[in-house]
Amino acid sequence: MASEKTTNEMYQVGKSIPKVDAREKVLGRAQYIADLTRPNMLFGAMLQSPYAHAKIISYDTAAAEEVPGVKFVLTGDDFGDHKMGPFIKDEGAIAKGKVRYMGEPVACVAAEDEATARAAALLIDVEYEELPAVLSPEAALEPGAAVLHEDLADYFKVFEAIAEDNLMSYTEISEGDVDTAWDECDLIVENTYETQAQNHLSLEPCGALAEVEPDGLINLWSANQSVFRVQANVCEALGLPMSRVRSMTPKVGAGFGNKMEAHIQPLCVALALATKRPVKMILSREEDFETVRARHPFKIRYKTGVKNDGTFVAREVELLLDGGAFADDSPGVLGNAALMSMGPYHFPNAKAFGKVAYTNHLRFAAFRGFGNPQVTFAGEAQIDEIADKLGIDPIDLRLKNMLGKGEKWFGGQKVDSNGLQECLEKVRASSDWDNRRKNSGENGVGVSAAGHISGLLATGAIVRMLEDGTFVLNTGATDIGQGSDTVLTQICAESLQIPIENIRTAAPDTDGSPYNWGTTASRVTYTTGRAVVGAAEDAVRQIKDYAAILLESPADDLELREGGMVGIKGANKEVSFFEIAAMTHWGVGGPIVGSHTLVFDQPTIDPKIAVAKGMPFTNIGVFTFAAMVSEVAIDKVTGKASAEGAWYAVDVGQAINPGLVEGQVDGGYAQGLGYALFEEMVWDDGRLANPTLMDYKAPGTAEVPYEIDTTIVEHPEPDGPFGAKGVGEITLVTVPASIANAITHASGVRLRKLPLSPERVLNGLIENENT
Amino acid sequence: MSSSETIALKLNGEVREAAAGPTTTLLEVIRDQLGLTGAKKGCNQGVCGACTVLIDDKLARACLSLAVNSVGQDITTIEGLTENGEPSPLQQSFVDNGAVQCGFCTSGMIVSSHALLQANPQPSIDDVRDGLSGNVCRCSGYRKIIDAVRGVAGD
Repeated sequence: MASEKTTNEMYQVGKSIPKVDAREKVLGRAQYIADLTRPNMLFGAMLQSPYAHAKIISYDTAAAEEVPGVKFVLTGDDFGDHKMGPFIKDEGAIAKGKVRYMGEPVACVAAEDEATARAAALLIDVEYEELPAVLSPEAALEPGAAVLHEDLADYFKVFEAIAEDNLMSYTEISEGDVDTAWDECDLIVENTYETQAQNHLSLEPCGALAEVEPDGLINLWSANQSVFRVQANVCEALGLPMSRVRSMTPKVGAGFGNKMEAHIQPLCVALALATKRPVKMILSREEDFETVRARHPFKIRYKTGVKNDGTFVAREVELLLDGGAFADDSPGVLGNAALMSMGPYHFPNAKAFGKVAYTNHLRFAAFRGFGNPQVTFAGEAQIDEIADKLGIDPIDLRLKNMLGKGEKWFGGQKVDSNGLQECLEKVRASSDWDNRRKNSGENGVGVSAAGHISGLLATGAIVRMLEDGTFVLNTGATDIGQGSDTVLTQICAESLQIPIENIRTAAPDTDGSPYNWGTTASRVTYTTGRAVVGAAEDAVRQIKDYAAILLESPADDLELREGGMVGIKGANKEVSFFEIAAMTHWGVGGPIVGSHTLVFDQPTIDPKIAVAKGMPFTNIGVFTFAAMVSEVAIDKVTGKASAEGAWYAVDVGQAINPGLVEGQVDGGYAQGLGYALFEEMVWDDGRLANPTLMDYKAPGTAEVPYEIDTTIVEHPEPDGPFGAKGVGEITLVTVPASIANAITHASGVRLRKLPLSPERVLNGLIENENT
Repeated sequence: MSSSETIALKLNGEVREAAAGPTTTLLEVIRDQLGLTGAKKGCNQGVCGACTVLIDDKLARACLSLAVNSVGQDITTIEGLTENGEPSPLQQSFVDNGAVQCGFCTSGMIVSSHALLQANPQPSIDDVRDGLSGNVCRCSGYRKIIDAVRGVAGD
């Protein structure tokens, strides 16, 4: 590690400095995709499918083309058979030959202004032949069901998907022998659970702006979580070499998984190529709901066997996911859900298996938690049911069975940093659990705990010294609002021992940034932070080598000093970065550029411990932990459950910026609260019935309590930057179960289906009264 | 597409001319024609609050306000709440309290908070929750926003 100091002494790490981009945002001057313009720019709009499943017979674009101001109309006929997709390459830039969900883009228009483009798109006449639609995974997997992707067997797959007909992927992980272990159990509890579709609802709708330069290079700005995934998707969908697309990002109005893979970028680039003019496309809120992506609905069966003293013996988990019309991240979500389904506990016998099916719904995909919120809702609710049957305190039961020091995660990966016990103990104290649980009156109090991954794939960093001794940090990581530009700047400033103001964070740009897989998987602080430390160490080696010349002392005898100085250990003699920059730029050696790249390489599955089939991840990440307590009040007349407060303890390894950790806790809580209590995308046959903020309720100040208490637990991750690991997702993962468990504590009603709506609570209250 | 006329708007104290048809919204005029992009289009339906502006010192949704109806009214956007381009105490409080994440709701939040503080300089936590109930933030959970508003109160 670059850190030569202990946690308590650090210069820039561990401080809640304001976000580096906060000032431009409060002034209203931050530029998002919808705020960008280019000279001579056109606007794009699309026509969406009115059918969930249909063959496209023909297009008539004449009426649209005749509208004054319309420059170009594109349909599926204008596109080749190129396909994109992170796991299974099954998706084109636009529907071609058939449509697979209602709302899918089937044609698009570029015109002089947005209103003209939108009006003209509606004049495109498409002739369809309707096909039977499959609207649930069960229906999709029935023998003889209408097949979405007739060519599935021929699609390129990046892992061994066990795919056939509408089965997109099958995954299975097992340890020990669950089948024989049931006999050893004193108590076996088996339940089924169901979760709903949730919309990401980044306040900024998705959009893109593309222009083609005279030499053919395509400049592409878009709302995204990875300029590199945008580049890859556009090039795969349009059959372009990646060297021809330059992908960039302005400020991003949040992403929770929805902006990681492509949305409108391939179509926007196609229109720019066709018109040879810049084209901007910004989705309406309705289009964003209907065409981007959403959280997977799950059907889950949990069977858990224990001893009378509470010792966990065996658990079996069966999953069925609605994947929607295209694979996108679905195989990954299934794999991660299976991997997380034992929770942060030790089960000597464990098996998780499941399927994700193609259906005629919008694609379901990555969303904060990546399959973990669904299984944690089920698994943590079931642990409370077991605690209740055994008469054991729910926190005690979790402490008894949690993954201890040195114990391995389900699948066999070692866990180096594990603050779970401290999380449970801290949250017990901060929430005054023992007293609150007994004396909460009409209110209910519930607990949940979880682990989640932090890591995955490749990343890099370049640390470049400027002429005056200040620096540019370039990582290619998109700050989606969570504060990674600030955190990475703090890591860099700590490594170089310089003020924050002396570092400029470069905006992600595929032309100039080192590869960064993306802002996802709670990975930027951990993986990109490691790359920043490595790049800074590389720069520091060079700085010391040149300082050695100026100080006439061996480099090994030199040390960094706060503020951008290098000094001789034990002596006052020192030289500034300014002097080193001047020498290297104008005299000796050449300007200092430090760089480092890495790919996360710890294996997820140890074949000596576990057997896995159809597992899409070989090296998923390190582990982060959290425990939380929720308090709810229930209106016995309406059944409405309201959140009254939340207490969290989160193991982040090392908080680089504690204020930003709190921001992730507060925000993950609010988004998890909406998911737990009322958010739900509802389909009427194949039509999404509530694609507006009028009809889809997002948590507001009236729903989210002010009382959100955060305890930061720090069990350093050995190879994390200054010990840090991620926190972006786990804060949402624990919410639904803690609220469901609090509702049971308040009312005796056990709900196994999200959202925990007033109707469901009330029905439970009535049922309890009648029994 | 539709016929438009030239209108004069009083925007952040300056008279500005724009072209507006019968259905052109105030949000379209200030963002697309007058180049002030602080107000955001989050839902275009008056629910999310990202486009919040002041019209004659009263909170309004620019996406639901017709531009032609705004003639003769005083319109203030987030850009008009700065102090010579520098953050006002309220804006600085959002910075200092970590009340900004992605920033897409921030303009609307600050305009709504400004109106709240004009009416109630010492708001309680619940007063702020009521005052900001029409502004959606998907990132923050609101706690730090509430702290930011209360942090500036009474100074």
